[in-house]
Amino acid sequence: MGLLLGAIATAACSGAVALAFPRSGRAGDRWAAGLLVAAAAVGSAAAIAVLAGAGAELVLPGVVPGVDLRLHADALSAMFLLQTFVVGAAGAIYGLEYWPSSQRPESARQLQLSYGAVVASLALLFLAGDALLFLVGWEVAALGAWLALTADDREPAVRQAGRLYLYCTKAATLVLMALFSIWWIRTGSTALSPLHHAPTLVLVLAVVGFGFKAGVMPLHIWLPGAHGNAPSHVSALMSGVLIKAGVYGLVRVLGLCVDAPEAWGELVFALGASSAVLGVVFAIGQHDLKRLLAYHSVENIGIILMGLGMALAARASGSPTLVILGLAAALLHTWNHGLFKALLFLAGGAVVHGTGTRQLDALGGLARRMPATALAFLVGAVAICGLPPLNGFVSELLLYRGFLGAMSERGPVWMLGAVGGPALALTGALALLCFAKVYGVAFLGAPRSEAAAAAHPVGRAMRAPMAVLALLCIGIGVAPIGVAPVLDAALSAWSAPSGGADLAPLGTVFPLGTLSGVALALVLLLALGALLLAWRTRSAPQATGPTWGCGYVRPQPSMQYTASSFAASVLGLFAWATFPVQTRPAVGTGPFPPPTHLHGHVRDPALDLAVTPAAQGLALVLTWLHRVQPRTLQVSLFYLLLAIVFAFALR
Amino acid sequence: MSPWMNLLHTLPGLLAQLVLVLLAPPLLQGVISRVKARFAGRQGPPLLQPTRDIWRLLRKGMVRSTTTTWVFQAGPVVALATTLLASLLVPMGEASAPLSFAGDLILLAYLLGLGRFFTVLAAMDTGSAFEGMGAAREATWAALAEPALLLGFLAGVHVSGSLSLAGILARPPMLVTGGAPLVLVLVSFFIVLLAENSRIPFDDPTTHLELTMVHEVMVLDHSGPALGMILYGAAMKLLLFSALIVRMLLPFSGRFWLDQLAFAAGLLAVAITIGVVESTTARLQLSKVPRLLVSACLLSVFALVLVSR
Repeated sequence: MGLLLGAIATAACSGAVALAFPRSGRAGDRWAAGLLVAAAAVGSAAAIAVLAGAGAELVLPGVVPGVDLRLHADALSAMFLLQTFVVGAAGAIYGLEYWPSSQRPESARQLQLSYGAVVASLALLFLAGDALLFLVGWEVAALGAWLALTADDREPAVRQAGRLYLYCTKAATLVLMALFSIWWIRTGSTALSPLHHAPTLVLVLAVVGFGFKAGVMPLHIWLPGAHGNAPSHVSALMSGVLIKAGVYGLVRVLGLCVDAPEAWGELVFALGASSAVLGVVFAIGQHDLKRLLAYHSVENIGIILMGLGMALAARASGSPTLVILGLAAALLHTWNHGLFKALLFLAGGAVVHGTGTRQLDALGGLARRMPATALAFLVGAVAICGLPPLNGFVSELLLYRGFLGAMSERGPVWMLGAVGGPALALTGALALLCFAKVYGVAFLGAPRSEAAAAAHPVGRAMRAPMAVLALLCIGIGVAPIGVAPVLDAALSAWSAPSGGADLAPLGTVFPLGTLSGVALALVLLLALGALLLAWRTRSAPQATGPTWGCGYVRPQPSMQYTASSFAASVLGLFAWATFPVQTRPAVGTGPFPPPTHLHGHVRDPALDLAVTPAAQGLALVLTWLHRVQPRTLQVSLFYLLLAIVFAFALR
Repeated sequence: MSPWMNLLHTLPGLLAQLVLVLLAPPLLQGVISRVKARFAGRQGPPLLQPTRDIWRLLRKGMVRSTTTTWVFQAGPVVALATTLLASLLVPMGEASAPLSFAGDLILLAYLLGLGRFFTVLAAMDTGSAFEGMGAAREATWAALAEPALLLGFLAGVHVSGSLSLAGILARPPMLVTGGAPLVLVLVSFFIVLLAENSRIPFDDPTTHLELTMVHEVMVLDHSGPALGMILYGAAMKLLLFSALIVRMLLPFSGRFWLDQLAFAAGLLAVAITIGVVESTTARLQLSKVPRLLVSACLLSVFALVLVSR
């Protein structure tokens, strides 16, 4: 515990140390990143020790009057801690080149300060054993993330995204306060202890409060803007870890409601399934690389919630196998998503860094100009589509295995399998389409703009974190047996409050070792195929030429299939959810019609069609209240007096 | 018992399946084109023609587009390797598959997904509008075919109580307790087979207009050995899906040669059926294709509802 607290303190101070150095040099940046990486290394070591069985609890009585602050490290916390430190350190190193103070003197220090604060406060949140510390970590992380994401606040879009994020996270905090006050009322303490016969209100508040942070559809409204406009390593941290705080909260709090009925799990499951499918559908409609990745976070949070929902429902209905599979899938997918989404955001950031644009239809052919970034993005893309032999496949397979198990059981849980299986299959196939679109349009083909043609590769400080994350994705995918003990420890930590029998080890429920064999066989066959092709091409004449244009001899880069065209037919199928907008200008007549543009985009119904109009309506009503707004001090004092009289009258 | 131990126990079965998977695919294509030729009143090419084509392509030179990267070359390799591995998951001439574990049907679907991902990327790598268009269509239809396939499997899991392909397909329950649900799943799988393998009414493998192609247009720029590998992989995928359908219908005698022969006869029957369907139906209008795929999903849903009564 001491090491963990030391790591948290170091991470929190990492940005402050940099303040002592001039903004023109690189020393300050290096100190900030170095301290954060050191903190992360120590913290990771301590988290691994916790996973190995060295759980700890620390009670600080009397720091806050009437409340005992508690820190509690168990395997579940440790999983999230490890994720925080790994992604945090990767982003810090990446930031050295992506956002150096010499090039961004006005915002680099703010970013370093807030980045360290987010990492530290998230670690504190995962360690919190009582509601008060949890909320402190939650709030500091939220504010820190707001400061980090608005680093480039000269852009109106960034300011707007930051504001929306702030509103949403504040709303979430309010809901969480209500949630934890139920604990206070029922147990008389702020400690996060098991709650029997929890009222349904707990579920509603938890889903709304944590769902806001996690980005569950339709509470995801802040997420695309915030992740899209933040500096890329901040996007990676937010998507990889920050939104996982919502997942952690849901897992922890719903785990504490030990006798929650089956319907709770089913609700969480339904939310997850709709989030997964709709998240990926909206992602397909995006033209902005980072906004697209952000919608994929909504999708993956949905997959995680499907697992959690199945575990909750199965716990209520007494099928331990499904609890193991559901929760193991949820937790492993949380890790996996943290890794591959951080990787994708870092690679996406490298694209922004190298070309200066995030618009897919301005990119193209980057695999030639930025081969390392292209390879990293490809690894992330294969992983996020859940394709073998990478890590996304392992967690999705665990979830599918749970669905199949539910199908073969005769109990009522089989509905979860019947709904979840096709939903996950649809999600996976659509994710594949989406990443084929992104990778094909941005990295393959010919450059569609000057910027893409002149793209420059990124340096070592940006490549190294991507390489580490990519290797982790491959490692978990090829040797998933390595994470089995971690998941076992986390599962037993989760089921400890319900005091139930220990869950069986994951290895006995699902043969994870088989997947290593499958990966090996796949790599072997791929190598054989590559050898065959290489051998055949070596022994026969080779030629190169332009792409076959079906008879047309002057192909232009602008004639390539665009991201919008690629997505058009799927978006047509899901028009009932996406409300695509197309502006179709009239084509001029005459022998030389003037150039014209076809433009289409997908709105976010939750934000553009519900929240924004509602907020505008509310603003109208509130303007009316301007009339009673105090214009002088005397009137203010009068209102104050009225309020006090009212309060006394209520007593 | 580890699934890898299975491999050793069933060595003759594995060898038989490998031979079948490696040699039969182009023959199936030959049967289909023969049937189609007969319907058109022609003699048709020899049964071995597709095999010869692939063989010749493997020895030919290759033209590469200057736009492409290594991904273009990886497409055919990944597609062939994943299909080969996936076809080892399906029980063919025997009751068990060479590789089998609880949940292997997901691996099957996702291996094919990996192959599709790289085929689509290879098409996008050429920077051709036509190939991009074909890629988009292929990916879109696959997104609708995937749930149909999975729903059918789920019905099988519910009926058989087994979580592996071999368990679902190779035991009698699917046939015995099948009845109406079995017919529904069969029809659904046949539609998926036609869609996944780019057959009429989804796609015309012999069409000559790039705008109307789907799968063919994606591989326009591949030539020589790469094209040979693509054709081989596509034929193997057809065999894989045909095997799924045959296995759902065929019972086991337990005698090695009888089962292998019965399975081969089943494959022949499926190939002939495909040929008949291709000869007697017209291509669907592109915009109506999703409806057919959604109805395949619905058929599987009905099957699921029926088996879960």
